[in-house]
Amino acid sequence: MEEQDLKLDGNAAAGLFRELFAFELTTARGRCDNCGAIAEVGAVAVYANAPGSVLRCPKCDAVLMRVAANGGRYWLDVRGISWLEIHA
Amino acid sequence: MARAAVLGRLIWQLGEVAELIDETPRVKTLVLEIPDWPGHRSGQHVDVRLTAEDGYQAQRSYSIASAPENERLEITVERLDDGEVSPYLAEELVVGDKLELRGPIGGYFVWEAGQDGPLLLVAAGSGVVPLMAMLRHRAATGADVPARLLYSSRTLEEVIYRDELDRLSKADPTLEVHYAVTREQPEGWSGYARRVDEEILRETAYPNGEGVAFVCGPTRFVETVANGLLAVGYAPERVRTERFGPTGG
Repeated sequence: MEEQDLKLDGNAAAGLFRELFAFELTTARGRCDNCGAIAEVGAVAVYANAPGSVLRCPKCDAVLMRVAANGGRYWLDVRGISWLEIHA
Repeated sequence: MARAAVLGRLIWQLGEVAELIDETPRVKTLVLEIPDWPGHRSGQHVDVRLTAEDGYQAQRSYSIASAPENERLEITVERLDDGEVSPYLAEELVVGDKLELRGPIGGYFVWEAGQDGPLLLVAAGSGVVPLMAMLRHRAATGADVPARLLYSSRTLEEVIYRDELDRLSKADPTLEVHYAVTREQPEGWSGYARRVDEEILRETAYPNGEGVAFVCGPTRFVETVANGLLAVGYAPERVRTERFGPTGG
């Protein structure tokens, strides 16, 4: 198995996000803090094979977000995102 | 964004298997009765969870195959021999069994009748499932936005929903279905006989990237098609992708 086969879309994290957020996050737009690219969360790259899920920028591949869940506890690292625009 | 409300808490529900449909030798459709199902939009998926007697749980995502207009929810499952979940769903499950699931999930890979067209759908293998929900939704609502499906399969026997696709496209001049059969073609085959490439996309996609495209299949297929669509004139934000990845089924 090669690394490129492990790549998924933001949509693959939709269930995980629904556990955490009251709004649909895959249609939210976010800005990559590294390169400034703006994309819908559904369009970013997701790697779910790590202990947790890692979201990466579709343009520059920088880490946008890391989410880990364990025993009813969630650990959210969002330092790669400048902002998120959520449709409410 | 038309549909934007606070979403209810995503909870695990029990669905009952009402019917099992053999689609191909490796693929089965599960027709499910789910009390209090909130409804879905075409392209969304559900999570299915199996729990072993010792408490071990395995969870996988499956695209919804049925149109939102359908009374019962259908998911179509391809059996992966080394999978943890799909062999159970595709082989051991019988009518009357209960299945634990949650959904509907996702908002990005969704098409609704009334959205801009034309609609280009590109699938490989069981990647056709969420796209079929879109075509069924389009047919159920009588939407007249032009649509094309380009569907890659190893053999013709492995084409899922073939009868229904042929029936739909025969009855509807605004729907075109193109098959690419990559491994073994029947005698006199007039469709594409190779993997989807830029040339095929140039011939089947709408000119100048008009409309919106949904691409679903294994990760490498999706990469090839998404890049090919950009090359033939689609804007990146007009190409929505859903990669399977190696989730182990």
